Amino acid sequence: MKRRGFLAGVAGALALPLARAARAQVNPLDPHIWAITNGAPVKKGKVKLELPELADNGNSVPMKVSVESPMTEADHVKAIHLFSERNPVPRMASFYLGPRAGRAEISSRVRLAGSQTVSAIAQLSDGSFWSDSAHVQVTLSACMDES
Amino acid sequence: MVARVQIPQRAKRGDVIEVRIVIQHAMETGFRRDAVGQLIKRNVINIFSCRYNGVEVFRADLSSGIAANPYLQFYTVADASGEFEFSWMDDEGVQGSERRSIAVAA
Repeated sequence: MKRRGFLAGVAGALALPLARAARAQVNPLDPHIWAITNGAPVKKGKVKLELPELADNGNSVPMKVSVESPMTEADHVKAIHLFSERNPVPRMASFYLGPRAGRAEISSRVRLAGSQTVSAIAQLSDGSFWSDSAHVQVTLSACMDES
Repeated sequence: MVARVQIPQRAKRGDVIEVRIVIQHAMETGFRRDAVGQLIKRNVINIFSCRYNGVEVFRADLSSGIAANPYLQFYTVADASGEFEFSWMDDEGVQGSERRSIAVAA
């Protein structure tokens, strides 16, 4: 029984950070996010933000964001915004696209000032907002070490 | 400003094509200091746009959160032969542009 209890504890401790990462959601009251959504609810889903879990160098971290959308005139992604939790400039980038894009997917490379959660918020043509977040562990942060 | 663009030279109408661009630019954050401790002024490419036969198909507002030598990859639907025009501008007002033509078969 003791051993079982211990194992359950270990499993729980291991699962905790995962659960925290899964629960990481954007805060709609954040003024930078409010500036885009104007208070509209931001739902989790549709968006997929891909970042490495571990980045050696925060100066250049590959980032890919995609949104499930047919990209038609009636139903398309209008914009995708990227937010950082710890960078001195929280709104990292905004991408504007439309039905002519064919596919709502953008890749780039970002700067991260330390380990943090990055969020992507997509604005759809029907006015709804969807998001996804990813946590990145940064070994060498941007904006800190350079002289 | 030097940039490298990759788009397919030929496509079929309706194909979703991949566009990739790398622009040579320091994307100076404004948070770094020089050798004598003075802050180096922020200078990043803040706007980038891609026009396809004159119609804007992609635009990006960038900040210091984008790595030096910004790389962008995005998609667009090939609908007619013609020209892609990429243009961008940094905080100091320096503009850059690049053109590529594409042949679209029915």
